[in-house]
Amino acid sequence: MTPEPEDGSDLSVTPESDESDESDSKRSTVNRLSAENVTLAYDQRVIAEQLSVEIPDNSFTVIVGPNACGKSTLLRALSRMLRPSQGRVLLDGQVIQSMPAKKVARTLGLLPQSSIAPDGITVGDLVGRGRYPHQGILRQWSAEDERVVQESMARTGVAELADRYVDELSGGQRQRVWIAMALAQQTPLLLLDEPTTYLDIQHQIDVLDLCAELHEEQGRTLVAVLHDLNHAARYATHLIALKGGRVVAEGAPNDIVTAELVEEVFGLRCQIIDDPETGTPLVVPAARKARVTTTS
Amino acid sequence: MRTAVRNTRTLRTPGGLSVRADVRVLAVVGALLLATAAASVVLIGTGDFPISFGDVLRTLAGNGTAGQDFIVNELRLPRVLVGLLVGASLGLGGALFQSVSRNPLGSPDVLGLSQGATSGALVVIVLLSGSAAQVTVGALIGGLVTGLAIYLLAWKQGVHGYRLVLVGIGVSAVVTAVNGYLLTKADLVDATRAVVWMTGSLDGRDWSQVWPLLALCAVLVPLVLANARGLRMMEMGDDVSNALGVRVERVRMLLMVAAVLLTAAATAAAGPVSFVALTAPQLARRLTRSPGPNLVPSLSMGAALLVTADWASQRAFGADQLPVGVVTGVLGGVYLLWLLVTERRAGRI
Amino acid sequence: MLVDSPPEQRAETAPAPPNRRAIRALGLLVSLAILLLVALASIAIGAKELPLDQVWHGLFHDTGTYGDVVVDARLSRTVLGLLAGAALGLSGAVLQALTRNPLADPGLLGINAGASAAVVTAITYFGVSTLNGYVWFAFLGAAAVGALVWFLGGSRGATPVRLALAGTAISAALYGYLQAVMITDDAALNKLRFWTVGSLASASDSTIAQVLPFLAAGTLLALGLARPLNAVAMGDDTARALGANLGRTRALAMLAATVLCGAATAACGPIAFVGLMVPHVVRSFTGPDLRWILPYATVLSPVLLLGADVVGRIVARPAELQVGIVTAIIGGPVFILLVRRRRTAQL
Repeated sequence: MTPEPEDGSDLSVTPESDESDESDSKRSTVNRLSAENVTLAYDQRVIAEQLSVEIPDNSFTVIVGPNACGKSTLLRALSRMLRPSQGRVLLDGQVIQSMPAKKVARTLGLLPQSSIAPDGITVGDLVGRGRYPHQGILRQWSAEDERVVQESMARTGVAELADRYVDELSGGQRQRVWIAMALAQQTPLLLLDEPTTYLDIQHQIDVLDLCAELHEEQGRTLVAVLHDLNHAARYATHLIALKGGRVVAEGAPNDIVTAELVEEVFGLRCQIIDDPETGTPLVVPAARKARVTTTS
Repeated sequence: MRTAVRNTRTLRTPGGLSVRADVRVLAVVGALLLATAAASVVLIGTGDFPISFGDVLRTLAGNGTAGQDFIVNELRLPRVLVGLLVGASLGLGGALFQSVSRNPLGSPDVLGLSQGATSGALVVIVLLSGSAAQVTVGALIGGLVTGLAIYLLAWKQGVHGYRLVLVGIGVSAVVTAVNGYLLTKADLVDATRAVVWMTGSLDGRDWSQVWPLLALCAVLVPLVLANARGLRMMEMGDDVSNALGVRVERVRMLLMVAAVLLTAAATAAAGPVSFVALTAPQLARRLTRSPGPNLVPSLSMGAALLVTADWASQRAFGADQLPVGVVTGVLGGVYLLWLLVTERRAGRI
Repeated sequence: MLVDSPPEQRAETAPAPPNRRAIRALGLLVSLAILLLVALASIAIGAKELPLDQVWHGLFHDTGTYGDVVVDARLSRTVLGLLAGAALGLSGAVLQALTRNPLADPGLLGINAGASAAVVTAITYFGVSTLNGYVWFAFLGAAAVGALVWFLGGSRGATPVRLALAGTAISAALYGYLQAVMITDDAALNKLRFWTVGSLASASDSTIAQVLPFLAAGTLLALGLARPLNAVAMGDDTARALGANLGRTRALAMLAATVLCGAATAACGPIAFVGLMVPHVVRSFTGPDLRWILPYATVLSPVLLLGADVVGRIVARPAELQVGIVTAIIGGPVFILLVRRRRTAQL
């Protein structure tokens, strides 16, 4: 599905040149992205209080949790879409809100849940818009932009769709186009909010495989919110389980995914077995009868 | 299955600078500007004393007779220039409003700006019996105050496109009621004057209207165009454009202020000429077939529409019988109907 | 598309308390009581205040005293306000459900423009000069535009966008005509500028008699559509899956809305905002069920209209402010407040 790139490093990210020694000295934490004691709220409704999260560098971090546990909210805070009412989100040691917008956009990319494809836009044009943070009024479309866009489309398998209209694509194709746009942004950190929602099982696996490739071959740090616990356990190198706005457990899936944890976080009785394909934990919900007898 | 072959050209310098343009967009803008210029010359020649195309050009170049010189340079040229500037401002303002509100109906007519300017003008006409210049000032103040009110009322941790339209409709209704009340309070002479103003007219516009409008456009148009790329990103939703490094709220506020200023100034100069701000961006978009706010094409289209409509109203009804706003209103309606029929045939709506 | 708040926010919906039905029914009774009070106020208050016993006397023991005559005149006005208010609110609620657009109001569908254009035609070309004479023209204009909008935007699978676009387009063309006539014909301008603000002041028994059958029929039809419209509100596919007859429901809803609004506009001129605002207010405490929204809108819209009329009589004494102006001046801020209070997700 996704063609191998020429040498796997073409799309890799160019480190920011203007943040070398100065930001190194400032860096208070080891990891590039972290949230420190943040309180997150919409209007008056508090979603999470005093929440602290570290995103390990070069990890594929997946945030899981039941509905309304604050996982998308946390992702929005990490990507500066939501300003914490208390606490701070640090990117490379600086408070993320205080950094120039374009500089953040060259470091940290986001695939939001809701995005709008403008009427009558083609795939190529949409992916090209991911180059925005690298452009300026006098630098509108460099050869580099062209190359990165081509590679991003090839990487996500949408190159042959370049001249098609986005609104005519299937859901799976469209999601890959948006991912291509985020890739064209060339950020070392990439945040994805439920990237597999509305996709069929094959496309879900495609998207997750693509994420794993980006992580393994290019060393990008990925943070994703996923609904499917089994997908999370299979693909994540670092898992964060949230419930009611606080971290219940975090660590490698093999270390933390237990029947007790699933019951605590999701309220679901289950067995954990080894995934026959990968050896990662596989959550098998208890049969209905078993659950009914124990609850009553 | 439709595929689009967009013919874009990129100009790159060795120093790493690059400029990209869509050939079709360039062609459309060029054609519109050409048509606008031609229509302007024809319009200058139209009136109680017709002047031929060639004579108009010669007079504009400074080689006309004294009589022609007076008619062209003192009477008709400023009027046409006001028309061009008003049309361009309305086209650009409309494109900005529609793009920011992400709603093709998000034009100043719908948002209540035009009605606000009308209130200002009506207060001067009905309550103060002011001069034409005072009416202009009144309309400008009315438009700006309304624009500010809409923006402040729609502000709640940022301005959301849909909320902007809704608040605009609310403000618009209040202001329309005030206008209706002022009209019932006027005597018949003032009421007639008010209705002519409310329709939008270029009659009797002179150089004193041209200069302020031109100065405003000279400042605002470059400012707006410099922020066009951010606006283009904002079409994909606030989250995506934020993630791409656009300061969404800042760009939005700047462009809204510019759009309010453009619309209020245009309305003050010519009255609330209806439907130019609504239709110019839509027509431009259809011609360029390009996604994005299409700012320059909308600006050119607005100017072309207004000048052509003014010419049409003079040809059809005689010089200064019916103000240009009647023609744009009817044209706007016909255009929307045509849009409805074709879109329906194409099965798109 | 417009929903960009995170799913956590959408997920929470308060569970319905068991006695909600009882509360709603009680609310409806309270609303009726309020309506009664406002109606009494509308008879008692004006350029000359009448004490309540005088009102009582005028209503039930009419002996032709000066007070009785005043009561009589104000009674016509109050009855028209009741009828027109209910019609406007009901048609607004139906249109909003039909177009699935919380902004739909009779103005959006071109009905006001149709009525205005017909009135101006009546004045200019048919020499009609009395309010009573306008009524039929206004009603025909409104009905014709309603039918045209339906034909252009609706007949085969009306979508909200199409209906709104068709209404806007026709309004645009008609307002062009309207302005052209007003500029060239002073007499028309002079009549129309008073008609277009919307007023109850000229209400007479014969006006009421002319529009009453239409209002009654429209009200019954609209109230009967609550259940199928509930299905339509959930989207075309869901509605079909639930077994609703989409085409018939749409056509009948459009008919009801046009008849109601056309008749109300014919009797008092275009009155903005009642049809837009009251359903909004009602929805905020009844929820989305049209079986509650429609009755509430029917009762509360006249409260707004009559209330506004009374206010208009008080603030500008001894003259009065037309009710259409007062509804817009009260309604606009309330509407903006509602818009601001809503979460982005619901917009």
